Amino acid sequence: MVQEGSFAVAEYLAQWLPSWLAYLLVGLIQTQLLLLIPFVGAMTFVWMERKVSARIQDRLGPTRVGGQFGWLQLLADGIKLLNKEDVRPNDADALLFRLAPYISFTASYAALLALPFSNGWVVQHLNTGVFFILAVLGLEVFGVILAGYASASKWSLFGAMREAAQVVSYEVPLGMCVVVPVMIAGTMDLVKIGNEQAGWFWNWYLFHDPFTFIIFWVYFTCATASVNRAPFDLAEAESELVAGFHTEYSGFRWLAFYMAEYGSMFIVSGLAAILFFGGWNGPIPIAHLLGWTAPDAHPFLHWLGNLLGMFNLVAKGVLGVTFMIWVRWTLPRLRIDQVMTTCLKYCTPIAAVMFLGAAVWTLYFPGGVLGIRSRPYGAVAENEELRPVAPAASAPTPTGEPTATPARTAQRVRGDAGSPEVARASDIESSAARVVGNSGGE
Amino acid sequence: MDEVINWQSFFFLLFAAVACVFAVAVVVTSNVVRMAFYLILSLGATAGLFFLAGADFVAAMQLMIYVGGTLVLLIFGVMLTAQSPFISLKTHSGEWILAAILGGSLLAVLIQTAIGVPDWTLPAPVAAAPAEAPEADTAGTGRVPAQLV
Repeated sequence: MVQEGSFAVAEYLAQWLPSWLAYLLVGLIQTQLLLLIPFVGAMTFVWMERKVSARIQDRLGPTRVGGQFGWLQLLADGIKLLNKEDVRPNDADALLFRLAPYISFTASYAALLALPFSNGWVVQHLNTGVFFILAVLGLEVFGVILAGYASASKWSLFGAMREAAQVVSYEVPLGMCVVVPVMIAGTMDLVKIGNEQAGWFWNWYLFHDPFTFIIFWVYFTCATASVNRAPFDLAEAESELVAGFHTEYSGFRWLAFYMAEYGSMFIVSGLAAILFFGGWNGPIPIAHLLGWTAPDAHPFLHWLGNLLGMFNLVAKGVLGVTFMIWVRWTLPRLRIDQVMTTCLKYCTPIAAVMFLGAAVWTLYFPGGVLGIRSRPYGAVAENEELRPVAPAASAPTPTGEPTATPARTAQRVRGDAGSPEVARASDIESSAARVVGNSGGE
Repeated sequence: MDEVINWQSFFFLLFAAVACVFAVAVVVTSNVVRMAFYLILSLGATAGLFFLAGADFVAAMQLMIYVGGTLVLLIFGVMLTAQSPFISLKTHSGEWILAAILGGSLLAVLIQTAIGVPDWTLPAPVAAAPAEAPEADTAGTGRVPAQLV
């Protein structure tokens, strides 16, 4: 949906601007929108961390800056970080020292490219979305390793080594936990996994079978470990290693690391929301009950339903992050040997057994034991159909010039099967027809 | 409204340039950790090339296996086995010449092969096509090619 919408916008702009500039602007707008999540999200989560940790510790947290809840504290923090002096240790490897925070940030940001925020609202609709997110999140460890190494400080190096061992080890049970919803849905496409859980909250994969329920908790543990949040935060162990791998970083470089960390927290929470909690489908299908999702409803109501879904997903992601913050300030920190024991002796075997149980359950109880699922597993919904082959904007172009490069068209054909609403396809064609100046309404 | 920049070609050239430049940098640099880092960038650019070709799964696998697995292992090994913080590997000039001969001959063979595959080249100009087209097109299909209509 976002891809067709962005092509339509680019074609619209191409009436006044050169075509290449129009596509560049549309791409930049999408990336800037996505950059809001690490930037704004990180500062918001920093504020939330201070307030939540304060309340857990029976104090108030920031209350003075900006009035009632100290909400402008996040702005003050941002300005403070931008104003700090840019120091670098003398022995540090200059190139790697400067580059490390941006590698972490890039890995965290790139994973947002494949995370859908609503039905079809995804920057790149990959049919291997889950795999891509896991692969890219695993690249964040490079920033940490290089930061620890290039800082020429033993505290940093120890922190980096521990962190790399931890993240790489926890990728194994994390992958196994993620495979269970993928197996239940039958696809790695995150949009389809979210759509499979449409309806009331008992359609969520969390309540699919007891094995998936347990797998969610194992996933959450492994996800907390892979983003280095307490109790697995010995890479940053404040009381032991000064600040671990980012000891020598201050100001904006530290902020880049923290944006990467909070961005990753949001990504794994959002991924958990889509895989286990129905994604953009709320517990009560309000948009469906209001008739907004009917194929013949007005396109604006479709869009409004999608917007409600986006709020659902963001709320679930924020709840996941809040839960991580809550766990951080409740549990003590684990030692590195305890971290590895948890991974190898507990998380991985539990994940493997639960995977077997979920596979057996799906095989022998396809309709659910109590039979209260509203849709059978793996079935394509009745209003899903393949997208039209060519971008609709290029079909009725009067000038006849190719408006989309062939490889891009082919990619969209391959990757975009499964948009659920029939009316959406006709909506795109009608808007594109208006755009290119053909005979008006449809 | 002509295509000043074809973004498909632009990104292909960008990723290809990054992959090639950093692969050369791996060979040329003398700092071991930087070598591993440049290899990360080179393999990441290769994954970008896979994405451009529409092979999402292969590209994600490249990122996960090579960059996320193999190179993490490599960097670990490099960091833990290096004796001093910035161990340096100097290549002697004799080794340069031998490597240039071997690598250059392999490069020449690969380029010649890549150019010589007929399916990988652009189609011949239209003026030359009708000479072969009628026999090829109408051989088994029964369709009349456009030039004869």
